[in-house]
Amino acid sequence: MIEYNDYQKVYLNINGENRSVIIKPAQTLLDVLRSLGLTGAKKGCENGDCGSCTVLINSYPIKSCLTLALEAVGKQILTIEGLKNSPFQQAFVSHNAFQCGYCTPGFLLVCHSLSIHYPNADDQTIAHWLQSNICRCTCYQEITNAVKCKLKDILQTKKA
Amino acid sequence: MLYVGKDSDRIDAQDKVKGLAKYTDDINYCGMLYAKLLLSSVAHAEIVSINKDKALKVDGIVSVVTGQDNMLCFGPCIQDRPPIAFGKVRYLGEPVAMVVAYDEQTAQKACRLIEVEYRELPIINSTDDALIDGAELIHTVQDYDKTITDVYPIDNTNIASEVKIRKGNALDELKNCKFIAKGEYFLPQSDHIAMETRSAIAEIKGDGQVTIISATQSPYEVKSQICQKFKLQATKVNVIVPQVGGAFGGKSAVQLEILAYIASLSAGGRMVKVTNTREQDILCSPGRIGLKAKVTLGADAGGTLKAAHLIYHLDIGAYADISTKIAQAIAVDCTGPYKIDHVYCDSLAIYTNHPYTTAYRGFGHASYTFCIERTIDKLANMMGIDALEFRMKNLISYGDYTPTQVKLNCNNISNLPNCYDKLKSLIDWSLNNEVIGSKTKAWGISSFWKTSNSPTNAVSGALVTFNKDGSVNLNVGVVEFGQGAKTRLVKLLAEILKINPDKITINTEIDTKTSPEHWKTVASLSTFMAGKAIIKAGEDILKQLRELAAIALRCTPEDLDIEDEKVFVKYNKDFFISYKDLIHGLKFEDGTNIGGQILGRGAYGMNHLTVLAKDSGKGKPGAEWTCGAQAVLIEYDSKDHSFRPLKVVTVLDAGALISPAMDRGVIKGGMSMGLGLAMHESFYCQNGRVENTSLRTYKVRHKEDIDIEFIVDFANTPNVEAPYGTRSFSEHGIIGIPAAFANALSRAATVELDTLPLTSQTIWQQKGEQDVTI
Repeated sequence: MIEYNDYQKVYLNINGENRSVIIKPAQTLLDVLRSLGLTGAKKGCENGDCGSCTVLINSYPIKSCLTLALEAVGKQILTIEGLKNSPFQQAFVSHNAFQCGYCTPGFLLVCHSLSIHYPNADDQTIAHWLQSNICRCTCYQEITNAVKCKLKDILQTKKA
Repeated sequence: MLYVGKDSDRIDAQDKVKGLAKYTDDINYCGMLYAKLLLSSVAHAEIVSINKDKALKVDGIVSVVTGQDNMLCFGPCIQDRPPIAFGKVRYLGEPVAMVVAYDEQTAQKACRLIEVEYRELPIINSTDDALIDGAELIHTVQDYDKTITDVYPIDNTNIASEVKIRKGNALDELKNCKFIAKGEYFLPQSDHIAMETRSAIAEIKGDGQVTIISATQSPYEVKSQICQKFKLQATKVNVIVPQVGGAFGGKSAVQLEILAYIASLSAGGRMVKVTNTREQDILCSPGRIGLKAKVTLGADAGGTLKAAHLIYHLDIGAYADISTKIAQAIAVDCTGPYKIDHVYCDSLAIYTNHPYTTAYRGFGHASYTFCIERTIDKLANMMGIDALEFRMKNLISYGDYTPTQVKLNCNNISNLPNCYDKLKSLIDWSLNNEVIGSKTKAWGISSFWKTSNSPTNAVSGALVTFNKDGSVNLNVGVVEFGQGAKTRLVKLLAEILKINPDKITINTEIDTKTSPEHWKTVASLSTFMAGKAIIKAGEDILKQLRELAAIALRCTPEDLDIEDEKVFVKYNKDFFISYKDLIHGLKFEDGTNIGGQILGRGAYGMNHLTVLAKDSGKGKPGAEWTCGAQAVLIEYDSKDHSFRPLKVVTVLDAGALISPAMDRGVIKGGMSMGLGLAMHESFYCQNGRVENTSLRTYKVRHKEDIDIEFIVDFANTPNVEAPYGTRSFSEHGIIGIPAAFANALSRAATVELDTLPLTSQTIWQQKGEQDVTI
């Protein structure tokens, strides 16, 4: 058991970069990421309800507003800034899967994780994964279509 | 058309999918201070004392501000709202103090140490309570200044404004009607829930220059209110708007900007940020009106609508903001898009001790449409006429007059019969009330219309400059918050200049110092107003290009035409000069030069709108009415009263579309929000306390296990007054959905559902009561 008092230096692996950061033990991962300029993770509710703050830890989506930065020490953190050339990014653009863009980083990271863990996801699984996040602008149809279309593409590429 | 009507990516798409789009709360500067608000814990009370001693002793505090420090009242219609309460609090959640500190946590900690003593007053919990003789008065309305002339508070009452429509003689005509349907409806207050909570930053420089950065739909209104109240010269106040994370009307109200400015004042001008938590965004910042309505509609024996008697009581909460104007908007379109010659309507904006309210997608139209369309279904049932046929028979059309007596023509109103024809082909109306086991499927329908209700002198503008390589910069005052306005506006300029949209950059950020004023980005008016300004700016550029090219090509400007970024001689396309050789002046081989840069300017102000007559409502409230028809198919299970929507359909006559796929998405978003209103969204309010202030308890629509089918189709009747035959739209997807939903569910469950949101419990309770009666 590690005892943390007041400010503490820890190492966080964010988007493949090892960074030393000074944090307070009570700080959420969301606050720490945003203080590092990684503002793609958004504050929508700070209560785990909306998913705008979603990042991946060891490739699984978590709500960074409910996660202490300390809990992420020694793990791989992926934020939207580190998501490079994901096919879902272009799919979201071409399917009109966002409007204001505020929830988009969270949804994209959920989709990226889904494609890693459930590349064969059926409609039910896709629905369950997308239910973790709220989009207030779209009707979810465009997001769902973008996900389905890209999962299919990824599978076909693998087969080929 | 080269670009209008063709799909393209949003101009801000890449930033948004890469997490690079910067919203107000993403902006941080070294040395920035943070403000936190202490909110009232009671709904109606006199403030006896505020003790800030303990808060001031906290390390890291810069200042503590209370209402006494700036005793000013703000409001776009009636100036009734102090940024921080003084003397009295009028809703639970109203700011009573503000702490400025080095960081948010310290500010929050100090807030908790402020001691406020209240002497509680009777709480007005509903519009009915507010109207009782001798009711506690929330305001002394007669003491307030008015910002606009057409707002009509009634002295010594809780009525912030009364709007009357008197067309024909509805009271007498109703007596002659063979069929009369009546209904009473109740719709609770709710919230916008933009995913980005409101946020504002303010700084006052040494020379008095004020900079405000804010998530606002109304940067010019922010500027104007702050200049007016703090007596600042307009050139000293600059409002900047970064990306905005959803707005839905909620960010048209000016609130946090004033608080951030006051915070900065108290901190010697240092830069201060104030950002709402979700709870504050729901509780403290303005939400959506509640509505209580009594609707009476009369028809003759032949099934023709004859008269309407309509009483709308808006629960506007503790302060008026723009809600007095919503009362007007409801009155203006009070009947829905039906031809009714005799209309009597009273629309009252009523103060209560609920959170205050402001514009919300549809500007009151989703609320009154619910009441009208439910009554239309009841009337059709009573007469034994098909609800769809009854609507089609009575649709308002060219040559008819609106409730405020505007004569309609093929430009100022959409083609509604065409919308219904399309709707019929998209739904299996004849299969209505299909029963399989305990499950019933039923369709419900609704018509809708909406006009803009802008100020009669609302303005917009566009400035266009060229870069040396021939690429273009477009500068407008329209705010982008997801509706796609900027993407559409770029295409309008591309179309008139005949230049590829990829070569045009539009300002994603608004800066009131350099962007020409656009009244407010509200009322679905951006394409209409800014679009008209852009077309003028484009024409201004084409004229200059022709004049300069005429010198180069040795002919008159009239001999020239434009295509592919070239000015060429009409009868000989080989004889041309490229844009890029003209835009920074025309240079001859010997080095001599004519002309400077080509700058394009365009301005537009609303035309022919009038202030409505106080006694009858007569007048022109908007340039056009965009109309449509909507339908919802629900499946209802009589075993447990559970239900779910299966299909949601909208047919909208939006004229020519600029970006069809994107436009469809905006309408679907509105439909989704409409489903939220129908099934989930409401403030649960006990004695002035809103009890559901988180997204765990205030439910917005999430993705369902089984997909709902969203279908959108368009009629395309051009409005020649608007750019390229477009029509105003953006908010419209929401308007008829709650009504169509309730019509469907009422039909399936065979019970009249006249409140929102609808739950299994509502049906069970109402069925139960009916069973008892039987």
